[in-house]
This record gives sequence, structure tokens and C-alpha cells, in this order.
Amino acid sequence: MPVGRRAVLGTGTAAVFIAGVAPGPDAAAGETRGEATVATVTVELHVNGASHRLTLDPRTTLLDALREHLALTGSKKGCDHGQCGACTVLLDGRRINACLTLAVLHDGQPVTTIEGLADGETLHPLQAAFIEHDGFQCGYCTSGQICSAAGMLEESRAGMPSFVTADLAEPQPPLTDDEIRERMSGNICRCAAYPNIVAAIRKAAEIRA
Amino acid sequence: MSSNIGVSHPHDSAPLHASGTAIYIDDMPEPRALLHAYIGLSTEAHARIVARDLSAVRTAPGVVAVIAAEDVPGVNDIGPSLPGDPIFADDVTEYHGQALFAVAATTREAARAAAALAVIAYEPLPAILTLDEALAREDARVLPSRLIKRGEPETAIARAPHRLRGTLRIGGQDHFYLEGQIAVSQPGEQGDMLIFSSTQNPSEIQHLVARALAVPDHNVVCETRRMGGGFGGKESQAAIPAAISAILAALTKRPVKLRLDRDDDMVLTGKRHPFRIDYDVGFDGSGRIEGIDFVLAGDCGFSPDLSGGINDRAMMHVDNCYFLENISILSHRCKTNTVSNTAFRGFGGPQGIMAIEYVMDEIARHRRRDPLEIRRLNFYGDGPRNVTPYGMAVEDNVIGELVEELARSADYAERLQEVAAFNERSDWIKRGLALVPVKFGISFTAIHLNQAGALVQLYTDGSVLLNHGGTEMGQGLFIKVAQVVAEEFGIPVERVRVSATNTSKVPNTSPTAASAGTDLNAKAAQAAAHAIKQRLAHVAAGEFGVPPTAVIFANGEVIGGRRRMRLAELAKLARMQRVSMSSTGFYATPKIQFDPVSQTGRPFYYFAYGAALAEVEVDGLTGEYRQRRVDILHDCGKSLNPAIDLGQIEGGFVQGAGWLTTEELWWDASGQLRTHAPSTYKIPAIGDLPPIFNTRIYQSGRNRENAIFRSKAVGEPPLNLGIAVFLAIKDAVMAFAASRRPCSLDAPATPERVLMAIERLRAGGAASSDEVPVPGTAAGRPPDAEAAE
Repeated sequence: MPVGRRAVLGTGTAAVFIAGVAPGPDAAAGETRGEATVATVTVELHVNGASHRLTLDPRTTLLDALREHLALTGSKKGCDHGQCGACTVLLDGRRINACLTLAVLHDGQPVTTIEGLADGETLHPLQAAFIEHDGFQCGYCTSGQICSAAGMLEESRAGMPSFVTADLAEPQPPLTDDEIRERMSGNICRCAAYPNIVAAIRKAAEIRA
Repeated sequence: MSSNIGVSHPHDSAPLHASGTAIYIDDMPEPRALLHAYIGLSTEAHARIVARDLSAVRTAPGVVAVIAAEDVPGVNDIGPSLPGDPIFADDVTEYHGQALFAVAATTREAARAAAALAVIAYEPLPAILTLDEALAREDARVLPSRLIKRGEPETAIARAPHRLRGTLRIGGQDHFYLEGQIAVSQPGEQGDMLIFSSTQNPSEIQHLVARALAVPDHNVVCETRRMGGGFGGKESQAAIPAAISAILAALTKRPVKLRLDRDDDMVLTGKRHPFRIDYDVGFDGSGRIEGIDFVLAGDCGFSPDLSGGINDRAMMHVDNCYFLENISILSHRCKTNTVSNTAFRGFGGPQGIMAIEYVMDEIARHRRRDPLEIRRLNFYGDGPRNVTPYGMAVEDNVIGELVEELARSADYAERLQEVAAFNERSDWIKRGLALVPVKFGISFTAIHLNQAGALVQLYTDGSVLLNHGGTEMGQGLFIKVAQVVAEEFGIPVERVRVSATNTSKVPNTSPTAASAGTDLNAKAAQAAAHAIKQRLAHVAAGEFGVPPTAVIFANGEVIGGRRRMRLAELAKLARMQRVSMSSTGFYATPKIQFDPVSQTGRPFYYFAYGAALAEVEVDGLTGEYRQRRVDILHDCGKSLNPAIDLGQIEGGFVQGAGWLTTEELWWDASGQLRTHAPSTYKIPAIGDLPPIFNTRIYQSGRNRENAIFRSKAVGEPPLNLGIAVFLAIKDAVMAFAASRRPCSLDAPATPERVLMAIERLRAGGAASSDEVPVPGTAAGRPPDAEAAE
């Protein structure tokens, strides 16, 4: 692991990370991967309101931790490169590609996945709007689209401008269709249910506004 | 009015998709002792494999089994109709990325790390890496060439007042289904194998895996609940992970999961066929085509796969909506040392339509006329101007009125003026407009595939379980078929549950492809439901004291005379009277036939129609462009489910536009695909949508043929509408030349290609179509052809 790569990691988590990949694994903290023993670290993930203590290979992505260790398979692995958006989850309310971040970096941080968006039996307004407007076809990108939209609406409400925002001084740029398209451009949908995705997000934004 | 037919019921999995609870194969709980497989890929485009040392792979941590060609118990070939697609390359590798061996290990990471330890020694062989190279060599064919010819094209072209010839190159397209290829195989007793496969073709998976395992078909069951997108990419290609996981499962007697990485998926599995189209067309002063000659060269990659049918369909779509009296269509099925190209939504049809639409555009430029005028002039008409080059009469033609309706509603004439006026006053930004009509033939051209089976079961609580041979990939097949069954029983669609497609429930099915999923499976399911209903009618008739023909099923009730009962009550009664409430149903498309020798017949049950008007804006300094507005009018017959159909139309259009604009597959000089991830391979994103996007279903639509409730297939036809975006870009590019001289533009029209085309125009470059002096003399290939690359 080159020093330069380590340096970009946050201080607290970097320490955990280095310990995890240090050679000469501690048997007590080892997990058998095939015949090889890999050093592991323990992390506490707060997902959808529940706390989970996991002992992981420190290289485990947040996406793999959710899918493989917590059986939360709603978040999808579309490209595993952070380029398709199918794995989008919310971290402290902000959207992130779960395939591009390590689980051990998020000890104690609240994670919300598609499974945690609804309030009991009541769907999140975005979920209801996606159903009403047919905002999907095959469904594989949908979890990511909805989580991304949830984060995006918060960004918009917080007055965060986008590339297409005309007036950067505007404290609350209006969420036009153009803004929705620009702000959702990190989530690709091969079925191209895009017009309906825009309609669904517009509807949900109106409900919440 | 029915509450089931023509109603926009949401997709059957809508609540599951919105809540993340729909289960795809990678989401299934993993069985005990599951192994994970990884495939070792070739790193040479064409080479003899002189040594294959897998010893380090075998001894790597976690590895349980390693297999290669010699370990396949049965046939090492998964060619869907013709042999030539080895599961593992044996002596020779024929493309960069071909499967050489596979590893099963206790974790995915262990399998992947182990695969990297293989030592393969190659002896490189001469590789054919470009379509031009293959076309020039008569031995570089995966299948024999074919010719469709009618009239006297040579004479007609030579005698025509005007003549153009040129070359158009069209790139391929990766399916980029968001869910990559995946299979889980579970061994059972006595040679049984249960395969969960993300496939459009479960019956073929069953058959090919049985053959690879050397067991009878009845030992193998393939189940598919849903795919995260298919688009043709899982018609034959899903057999690769299915077969490899099944062989490993049989060998290890443990379940095996094989999920391809995105990058591996893109290099290992086939794509849309790139085409080179050479045309030679003669026409009169008004732009009416008098004779035309097409040479279609399809890049099939290294093996036949489905290339026969794909190239056939390309040939049968170069007419699109036009009567081409004197025509020659010569099709070469070229072999290159690249991945074997395969089905992709449209199955060759889009390449054929693109060919004639490009020619229409070139003729219009030559005649300095509105391209729509030239198109109208050449439309199919009444007999005898209604017969296709392959001898089928176009009896259901609605393209004329459909195009008029679109042109009117989208203000075509006014906008033509506006665009011209804008271009007059704008030097660096130009706009372009194109209206493209589409006619698409519905049915598999392989006649035997036009069949379907279904199994319907009514339970004593009045609920219905439906199974059919079609697979759900997001296109809404399951809800449409459920609507049809609900209609038959007169119950709300919620009372019908569609279960996963499973080869042990409905056998010997066809792939869900050729847009025909609903046409075939809904008819089969309707037949099954009808059979049960007939039996129930007799039970009800006995109970009510009326003749069976007087029994009506509606609103969840069964009515006869003045008596009525709930369907559940009748079902209980039928059970007490020992009447079967389970039935299979079968359907075979009528009327179709085709003679492969004369290349004539009626390959299609009917045609679906549509038209799109696209307006774009091109930046002359960068070659970048954006869509300003798109208007679509599409014929779904009497739509079974308008919301689902609108989604198919919009999605198909966007995918077609992506194919011809931003989606560029790029192989390097060694035959290695360099665009193998979304970082470099650009499918349309949400920001690529036109800000004004009007899509409407043609309200006068009604299927002339007795297709299910007079609806029409909708999966593939709208993809062709994306051609309007390409031709609108071409139109804008032309506007950069004051003289309005023609200029070549190949597909995909990436900003780079667009900029180069503009630069050629500025430099006074040559045309894409060579104007041939009349009478025609032997002109060489367009000088521009190489320059376009």
C-alpha cells in the first residue's frame, strides 16, 4: 500500500486501516479466506437504525459489507467502479457510491439503504412516486436511483448549486427538470426510464416542498 | 370496459423495485458450501495455445477445482444453433478475452486471485481485426453470403437520371445490462442440476448445459425469475456462466455461483454487430428510387452464434417503409478475431433501417429537397407497390398517416424554417432536424421459434398461478400476460400471480426475444386459462341450470341466468366434482412461412410502425451536440398497457440514439477491447435526454392480425427511432458548409467524428456519396472512406 494512498484517508480510520493490512496477521483477529489467513478489523455499522458489529477484511467495501454480511441486497453491484450509481446509499444523509468506499471507514456513521427509506409500512415519498410514475423497467438501478434522489433533494433544499444552476448567488435555486437531470447524472439506467425518473422525482419534490 | 386490457397497470414488481426487495440471482440467499467461480481469459486475439500451466492455480489458497476444455464431461460447445462457440478454447484462442479455464474456490476473491496465477504460452497466429480486412478475404466468413434480388437493379441504376454511391460504417453496441451475466448451479441427486440463470432463454440453457454435462435434458432445470436487463445480451450469452458453473458444480458436487465482473462481461460476451454498408442508388429528379444495390457486411466476430438470423433481418429491413422495385441486397457474414457478436434489441434490423435512411438523406441532399419529401415519395403504397424485396405484401401499412400526424403535431414544416433561419444567423452553432419513419417486422425469422407454452393453475380460493415460457427483463411481459389471464377469468389482475420461468413447468420454449414475448406467451396463457374456464363453465352450468355457453365470468364472479357465485366458490365446487383446474396452453403464430432457398415468403405476422422527429444543436468548434427536442408517435396496435408501452418506446429510442452517438466500442491494434467499463463506454445518461421529449402512442393503432387483443409488439421497433438523432446531427453538420454539399458521417457520431466531419467540410472535403456520372462508370470507392476513420 503506497504511502500516498494512505495519506488521503482520514486520520482516525487510517490507523485502523494500516493495522488491518499489516503483515504477520494476529491469529485472534484472523479470518480464513480459503487457506490463507487475512487480518481483520472490527467495525460497528449503523444501518437503517440498527447497529451491527462486523469483523471484516479491511478491504471489504461498504457495498459488500451490506450485501454479503448483512444480507441487505437492495443496493446493487452494477459496475463495481463507482460509475453506474446502482450501489448508491446515504451516509449521514449524503449520497455515496457504496462500492467505492471501505466499510471500515464508516464506523459509527449512520448508513441508510433502500431497505431503510420507508417509515414502517409507509413508503418514502420517492418510493411511492417511482411506483406511480413507472420510474423503472428492469429495476436493477432503482435502489440507487431512489437513494441518490433522496440525497439530491436534501442537497437541493440546502441550496447547493449544480453545474446548470444559472445564478450561483441564488440561495435556493429552483429544482427544475434541467436541475434534476444534471443532479441525477451519476445514476445510469440502461432501460432509459429517465423521463419517468424525472417525473417521479419532481412529484416527490413537490410533496415534500 | 375491461379493467384489465388497455389499462396502465404498474409493472408486476413495481413495489419490490421501489423497496429494493426484488430478488435477482446475486441477491438470493447462498446455499450451503457454495463455491465461487472465476474465468481465466485469453490475452491473444488469435493464437495457438502451446502450453497451459494451471498448477499454481490449482494449489492457490481456497481453490477447490480448476477446469479447462478437457474437463467438460460432454460437448465443449454452446453455439445456440450452429457449433463454433466453445465453452473453453482448446488448442486455439480466437479472440482476446475468450474463456480458457475456470476456477472454483471458497470465495470470489480466492478464485479471482488464483486465476491470475495461470501461465499460458501462446504462439500468435495471423489475426483479422477489422471488418474491412475480413470483407476483403473471401475465406473470412462465419456463414455463406446471401443475396436477395428483385427486378433489374443494375439496369435501373444505370438508366436512372441520377446516381450516388457511398459507404457507411456503423459501430457495435454493448448491452450494458445493469445486472451482469450470472448463474448459480446446484447439483442434485442422480445427475440433476438446478440452474438459476439470468437468461432470456431458459430452455436453451437447459439443453446446452445438459449437453455439456452429458446428461439427458430431463436432469437439468433452469429457472429465471427476472433479469436486470437483457436487451438480447442474455439470449445466447447467458450460456457461458450457466455452463461453466454447472460443470464446476457437477465436478465438485457443490453449488457454484458465477457472476462476471463488469469488465470481464464486456470483453467476454458478444455485442451488436458492427456493419459496413456499401450502396449504389439510382433515382429520378424528384428523388424517387429507381434501383438500389446494397452490400451489407456484418462483423460477426469469431463464430456464427446467432449471426445468420441477425444478418437475415438486416437484409429484410433495408426496405424500411419504402417500395424498392429494383433491388439487390448482398449480405456477407464476416469473421473477425473479436468476440462473437450476438443478438441486441433489433437483431440486425436497425442496421438495415439505418442503411436506407442514410441513403434517403443523401438523395435529399443531392436533390436539395426536404428529406421528408423524398421519404414520402418512396413510401410503400397500394399493390403492386406494397411488396417487400422478400416477397411479402405490406398489408397493414399506416406509415403515411402516422408520419403526417407526427409532422403536424410537432410542427415539422415550421421548425424546418426555424432551423434554417437559426443556421443563417449562427456561425458556430448549427441546428439539425430529422424525421425518421420506421417499419419493423414482427416474428422470429426462424419460423419454428414462433411458439409458446403456458401453464395456468386455479386454486380453490380463486387465486391463479401463471407460468409461461417468457422471461421478465423489465419489459413488463409478466404484467401484460397476467392482465390477459385475469381478463379471461374476469378477475382483478392482483388475483393472478406470475411465477418464475422454469423449464420443468413449461418445456421447449423459445427465447424471449424478437419483441414477441407478449404476442406468443399471452396467447398461450390465454389458451390455458380458456381451457380451465370451459371446464368451470360446465360445472357452473350444472349448478345454475343454464347451458355452459350462458355462463359469464366477470368482476370476480361467475354468472348464469339469475344466479351468480364467486369464482372461489365455483373453484371449490369444481374440486368437489373432481374437475381439473390446471391446464397447459400452446400457441403457434399463424400465417408465417419462408423459403430459405428463394429468400421469399411471409416471415412476419405483421409490422409495427413508428416515427420520430429529432432536433439537435451541434457546436462547430468542439463537435459536441445536444438534443433540443424529440417527438415520437408509435404504433402499439391497441396497447395492452399504455404505461408499459410508453416506457418501451422512450427507452428504446434512447438506447438507439446511444448506439449511434456516444456508445463507441474501441479495440486496439492487438484486438483488445479498451472500452470495457462505464468509464470509457458511454451509454446515455439522464442528462442526455432532450429537454422537450413528447412520446405518444398512435391512437388509431389496431393490429390487423389477430394478435393478443389486437396489440402490437413493442420491444424492438422503437430502438430504430434513435436513427432520427443521428440524422439530425448529420443535418446540423451539413449546415456548416455553405454549399450544402454532402459529407460523410459514420456511426457512432461521437463528438470527435462530428468535429472531423465538420473539419472536412471546411476543408472542402469529399462527399460520402460519390456522385456517379450518368451513365454510370466504374467509380472507385469513395475517397473519403478511409479518412472517415
